[in-house]
Amino acid sequence: MAATPSPNPSVPAAKGFKAWLYRRLPVQDFIETQLTGYYAPKNFNIWYFFGSLALVVLVLQLVTGIFLTMFYKVGENTAFDSVEFIMREVNWGWLMRYLHSTGASAFFIVVYLHMFRAFLYGSYKAPRELLWLFGMFVYLALMAEAFFGYVLPWGNMSFWGAQVIVNLFGTIPGIGPGLVEWIRGDYGIADATLNRFFALHVVAVPLALLLLVVLHLVALRQTGSNNPDGIEIKERLGPNGKPLDGIPFHPYYTVKDIFGVGVFFIIFAMVVFFVPTFGGLFLEAPNFEPANPLSTPEHIAPVWYFTPYYAILRAVPDQRMGALLMALSVMAFLFVPWLDRSPVKSMRYRGWKSRIALAIFAVTFIALMYLGLQPAEGLYVILARIFTVLYFAFFILMPFYSREPSKPVPERVTYHAH
Amino acid sequence: MRIELERSMSRPLFKVLMLVALALTAMTSVVYSAEEAGKGAAGADWRSWHARNRVANKDSLQRGARDFFSYCQGCHSLKYLRYSRMAEDLDLTGAQLTANLLPPGSKPADYITARMPPDDAVSWFGKAPPDLSLMARARGPDYLYQFLKTFYVDPSKPTGVNNLRLENTAMPDVLSDLEGLKRADFHSAEKSGATQSTGAAKDFDHFEEVAPGKMKPEEFDRFVRDTVNFLDYVSEPSQVARRSLGIWIVLFLLVFTWLAWLLKKEYWKDIH
Repeated sequence: MAATPSPNPSVPAAKGFKAWLYRRLPVQDFIETQLTGYYAPKNFNIWYFFGSLALVVLVLQLVTGIFLTMFYKVGENTAFDSVEFIMREVNWGWLMRYLHSTGASAFFIVVYLHMFRAFLYGSYKAPRELLWLFGMFVYLALMAEAFFGYVLPWGNMSFWGAQVIVNLFGTIPGIGPGLVEWIRGDYGIADATLNRFFALHVVAVPLALLLLVVLHLVALRQTGSNNPDGIEIKERLGPNGKPLDGIPFHPYYTVKDIFGVGVFFIIFAMVVFFVPTFGGLFLEAPNFEPANPLSTPEHIAPVWYFTPYYAILRAVPDQRMGALLMALSVMAFLFVPWLDRSPVKSMRYRGWKSRIALAIFAVTFIALMYLGLQPAEGLYVILARIFTVLYFAFFILMPFYSREPSKPVPERVTYHAH
Repeated sequence: MRIELERSMSRPLFKVLMLVALALTAMTSVVYSAEEAGKGAAGADWRSWHARNRVANKDSLQRGARDFFSYCQGCHSLKYLRYSRMAEDLDLTGAQLTANLLPPGSKPADYITARMPPDDAVSWFGKAPPDLSLMARARGPDYLYQFLKTFYVDPSKPTGVNNLRLENTAMPDVLSDLEGLKRADFHSAEKSGATQSTGAAKDFDHFEEVAPGKMKPEEFDRFVRDTVNFLDYVSEPSQVARRSLGIWIVLFLLVFTWLAWLLKKEYWKDIH
């Protein structure tokens, strides 16, 4: 018995080393169930690139992060200097640092587009609620990861950003002040804070992130991908028992995703090599000055990917209410699968109310992102309040506007060969 | 040509390439379209002055290094940069470095420190002059250019001068022997009788020369631009290498992506 019989009779039995390996490890089984035998809808459009891109950016962040860790020296007296050492004296250190800092922003761009796709085609609706929840937990872990990472260079914006964000926990009634001290490990943002944020950034959160990504993918394989028509392709099987509208993930989507990764890296490389600070959005100018507890930057603003929530925080005059509203604005996404009462998944077959609601929400999110970067004064505050109301209206009113008459959904997916 | 390209490459790829080309063009035009800074003698438009420096210009960097070591290094350090790295990046030979820039007792591998002891600095100026390694990144080259060109006589200050860009700066006008001295006229000074040093910048009207310097205005302008250019280089020594490598990386990715597109098309031929 040299050869291991393949579960698929059309695949020739393995010989030699492959046979040796396959008897001991379910490699073949994995390939056949997860890649060549996993059928994905054939009508994926451009919105379906961002999942694989998120995975690519995750790997990029892990690899560049490992190299940065080799030279970064945690500690309030060494951190800033060691980052400049990486930028100037470590071979290719500047490249690793820019890949990592640009990668952080790219991660959020890709994830936001990935989430918007879910809203467009109802990808969070039954039976994919858990898939959506795991995705949201990935997003929450990513926010924690980005925040801790932003503190590590120990620039002045790192310091004051940490100050503002950590103090938000102080608004929790009763336990607030004690909790803030417990998080910081000191009476102010200090060496102890930096050290623990480093531990969380390079060990704890990445582990959680990886576990959640695996759960997200396992849940995806269980239900199968949604598609732009929002049709369950598993309900229409061909004579071979495979979905009529499905095609094997490998090779069709692997080659397609390689093309997507290529386009992504062209844009990514243009930022890394030509505008790595992206006009102060990806790397902020005040962060090229070392942390200084005695000198507050003119405008403290988090990095762009947090600013929608920051704008909501500042829109409320009462700090405690602001912090509560900010927490709710992030958590609201968790309830979407149960707030959406539409009989159909895809926006293609929904009525005008859902379409307008989503369009307003997209504009609102970007407007709040912009407002969070501006000083909290005058017209900016008024606009932030208006958009905060619109932001929450999208979620609160969803059970009502989504329950509208829909257009008939076709039985088979819409696909035009290119 | 355009139509042929479009036909032979299939539409989505063509669109992507056009977008990439557009983005590249937009990026370069932003970099190079910085308009001529208003050099009117009055200087009322000082807030819109641009440094317009090019870090790839090594002649300018060499002049800027010479200026820095003559006029700035007495007080300001570049603590993240080694003499040897600077010499290498600026095409200076070891002999040139030792003869012209390296202070006695320093080795080429040393970091560039200020000649003045920091404790003395505090007692003389009230605060230690900042390290300038990252100043061009923290404030921007335009800021540095505006700062160095908007000193004016202000007898109420211990140094005898003030600055529009950084009001009440502790820094003396060390370049006054080159530029000369100028007086600042303020509109509200006559109207409300406010002293010059309070909120001066927003009421600033124009400069008037008090005493000429050793340099003509154009010469001094170039001096400042070279110095700012040098500080821009210092703030990120790898930036020239970064940009020149980037072109090749993007070209490689364009070819790679084009091949990936052809591969995708080949595989997807049988999907109907």
